Amino acid sequence: MGKIEMKTMKKQIALQIFILVTLTSNVSAQINNQIGGSWSPYLTGFFIGTLLLLTLYFSNKPIGVSSFYATLAGMIGKRVSPSHILKLDYYKNNPPEINWEFVFVISTVVGSFIAAYFGEEFNLSWVPQLWSNTFGTDSITRYGIIAFIGGIFMSFGARLADGCTSGHGISGTSQLNVASWISVICFFISGMIAIRFIY
Amino acid sequence: MINQKESKSSKLMKASIFGFIFGFLLQKGGVAKYEVIVGQLLLQDFTVAKIIMSAILVGMIGIYFLQRFHLIELQLKPTHIAANIIGGLVFGIGFAFSGYCPGTGAAALGQGNLNAIFYILGMLVGSIIFAELSKKLNNSVNKWGDKGILSLNEFFKIRKGTMILVMIVLLTSILGLLN
Repeated sequence: MGKIEMKTMKKQIALQIFILVTLTSNVSAQINNQIGGSWSPYLTGFFIGTLLLLTLYFSNKPIGVSSFYATLAGMIGKRVSPSHILKLDYYKNNPPEINWEFVFVISTVVGSFIAAYFGEEFNLSWVPQLWSNTFGTDSITRYGIIAFIGGIFMSFGARLADGCTSGHGISGTSQLNVASWISVICFFISGMIAIRFIY
Repeated sequence: MINQKESKSSKLMKASIFGFIFGFLLQKGGVAKYEVIVGQLLLQDFTVAKIIMSAILVGMIGIYFLQRFHLIELQLKPTHIAANIIGGLVFGIGFAFSGYCPGTGAAALGQGNLNAIFYILGMLVGSIIFAELSKKLNNSVNKWGDKGILSLNEFFKIRKGTMILVMIVLLTSILGLLN
């Protein structure tokens, strides 16, 4: 097959995929007339899986979030002590600058805001409902400290395992990556045990 | 679409569109809620498992065909057994303590859950701690059980198509049970 034919074929297939996705989203819009409520988990999963195909095709990137936090931390650290940050192995291999993942996650916040705002689910709160129901409304400091420590554990673990619930849990598992299947199983086993110390 | 010449702004523009959709979906799926994540870990609410498994089904089948037609390249991370297990277990503690994960925490902030700020600050501190130790970790934990790029079908020594069929049966059975 000639190069030009190959190119046309690729374009055709891309168009087909695009039409398919548009059609299915129209169908789903009809199913889900109640925009305010949560969508079915199967439908949401279907769309996230499709989104992964699109990021791989159009950006040559898997969906991944956790490295964003390391990039942001590095950007802040660079302001304090550039020579020290840029000497660290991690930042030598992953320069702390605006990159694909960084823009992706900032937009995730915006996308969620728009979904919540127009779905009338946007409301400002400092304590999760379940937490205040269980531990009282004055327990915000305790939640803050535990969530902060949780964040430390999580980003350390994500960097060591080289991915998170998105990067390993969806993108890596879909590619049948052994690292991802091991990691995601460990995320949930450990999470299910650790939650028993809180609730 | 494997195109090396693309400009940086065009790449970032695509990232912003995809990120937007991702955040929109996380919010609509309900997984930006603290209660839904904690409910999953307590085995009371299976929204997270249902979303992840449906996404894997679609992603896995789609990736298999797109790759067969040479439309995408796989983006695989190397398997370091010790680092994956230890990192995974440490991650899980954070999962339970905060009630968020990196993607859903960002989405939680978007829907107005300001409590996610505590978690995000922790994420920044943890990242720096990891970076400080990255040299030591690269020379120790990362070398234990270093298998390089390894896929499930290579591990079980079966054909990729067969592996995918096995996974489809497995995932749909679990989804069926959860339903």
